[in-house]
Amino acid sequence: MIYDSLIELLKWLSITGPAASAIAAFINSIFPVVFIIPFALFAVYLERKVSAHMQDRLGPMRVGWHGWLQSFADILKLIQKEDVVPAQADRWLFNIAPVLAFVGSYAAFAAIPFTSTYVGSGIDLGIIFIVAISSLVVASLLMAGWASNNKYSLLGAMRSAAQIISYEIPTVVVILTLLCVTGTLSLYQLSENQTGNIFNWMIFGGYSGGWQKFALIPFMLVGMVILFISTLAEVNRTPFDIPEAESELVAGYHTEYTGMKFAMFFLAEYANMFAVSAIVSALFFGGYQSPFGYVGKLLGISWLVPFEQLFWFTMKGMFFVFVQMWLRWTLPRLRVDQLMNMCWKYLIPISIANFLIVAFLMAL
Amino acid sequence: MKTYFENIYSALYTALVGMKITFKHLFTPAVTIQYPEVKPRMVERVRNRLYVNMDDCIGCDQCSRACPVSCITIETVKALPTDDIGKTSQGKKKALWVTQFDIDIAKCCFCQLCVFPCPTECIYMTDAYEFSELQRSNLVYKFATLSESEVAEKKANYAKLEAEKAAEKAAAAAAKAAAPKPAEAVEKPAATAPKPEVAKPEPTVTTAPAKPVTPEKKETDAVPQQESLPFSEPSADATVKPEDSTAAEKTNDTNSVS
Repeated sequence: MIYDSLIELLKWLSITGPAASAIAAFINSIFPVVFIIPFALFAVYLERKVSAHMQDRLGPMRVGWHGWLQSFADILKLIQKEDVVPAQADRWLFNIAPVLAFVGSYAAFAAIPFTSTYVGSGIDLGIIFIVAISSLVVASLLMAGWASNNKYSLLGAMRSAAQIISYEIPTVVVILTLLCVTGTLSLYQLSENQTGNIFNWMIFGGYSGGWQKFALIPFMLVGMVILFISTLAEVNRTPFDIPEAESELVAGYHTEYTGMKFAMFFLAEYANMFAVSAIVSALFFGGYQSPFGYVGKLLGISWLVPFEQLFWFTMKGMFFVFVQMWLRWTLPRLRVDQLMNMCWKYLIPISIANFLIVAFLMAL
Repeated sequence: MKTYFENIYSALYTALVGMKITFKHLFTPAVTIQYPEVKPRMVERVRNRLYVNMDDCIGCDQCSRACPVSCITIETVKALPTDDIGKTSQGKKKALWVTQFDIDIAKCCFCQLCVFPCPTECIYMTDAYEFSELQRSNLVYKFATLSESEVAEKKANYAKLEAEKAAEKAAAAAAKAAAPKPAEAVEKPAATAPKPEVAKPEPTVTTAPAKPVTPEKKETDAVPQQESLPFSEPSADATVKPEDSTAAEKTNDTNSVS
């Protein structure tokens, strides 16, 4: 764990006690930011390229080779923009909301293991912590919508709150299903256990062995699909983007935001995208584990293994982010009643049935 | 219950079908044309910027007369018999120095009517379409190849020639007048008749046989009288802003004439 080695390093520098742990914690918490911001820049570029090519266009081509500097140019523009606050807005809430949105999505990274040597916090209730802390996003969206004093913002915020709260239920039920199988809620433990090869991943019935492993495969598949759909809805991506439906609500809860505050919402959205992708991959696809062995272990270079794990973690996360984008440019937006139908009439009953069957199988 | 599972199946199935289609399109070549670097091929016979091949122009003024918006201004000077202007590519001999050949492309309506009357096919539409300018005056394209000093020289030459001719004729007439009268009493009025006509060019030095500026004026004068008074009025107003005072005067003239 990087935190422990940091404490060791500080001890060597004759810094001990609460000061040492504070410094170590600070440095430890910097890593996800270092990861998220470049990722968000890249994901914005990827999104534009993917959408363009899916529509037989080219996307950004001007800034740098094939427009790879486009995101940096956008950020530069956003930094320079005037920070407009509507006259009738609730200033305090208006200013806090984007920060809170980013804090919510950033805090979720605390329990996500990036490699076997780095996880922000190795708490046992990791996944439950993530589900809980992502509710902060709902609060921030409601704040933003309410404080903007704009009907579109408020409508978007209400919709997003309704949507996120509804879709948390199937998410948690699928997590419960996994808890039945693995007996742990720590994403770090879960990822560690799925080591070895691709068939130890939860999607292939996990690492438990025995006949249950094969019996579990179809139910794991169903669980994975439900988790993916419901997390997709939680991050307000198309086809579940009714909170920011451009054609009806201008931009939803961030209609009134400009410049860096808008960028914060954007960053939070892309961080969320990666967070849910990381959760799906950690729960079902082995997290940071390689689908086969490690080159580092084969060559006896132990320091190479964490970098390989980071590579696999990023690749899996990117893959699911890509699938999210892929879906976005494939499916049209759901209507509000369709959205609620899908959650309450389909996802929740199926996930509960799935949970009961898996529980029964594991009890045998 | 059956529809419930059918709904699930169709939702998943249609989503997958859609994803298959979008994934295919991810790899189909884009239809985008990277415009300033890559330009689309224009169709054949496209009508864009006018071009005049001055090597072939004989200064016949037919394009200028065909132009419905009077955007072509041509001024010519008759060449001396000793001048060698050269021939057109079709072997026609040129007889006029083209001292001015201006096309105001800002007025041009791309009707291509100037192209057909040209006897040497030297004026034609090209496929160049990027010629925007910040100054309207930059849109007046000057095609005449002669420099200002050359133009002045040609005009002086022609004036000299005319003067010489006039002097010659005057001398001849004087000699005739001095010569025995009775024999050519009948011829006399015929001989004197050309006299004033030939003498005319002497005071106006710059005039040329093709009448450089006047044809345009003539046209504008003639057009309203013929048929299209209501047509010519607004078009002149629309195309000519106060900066072009001569044209404005022209329109005033036509109004007063009518």
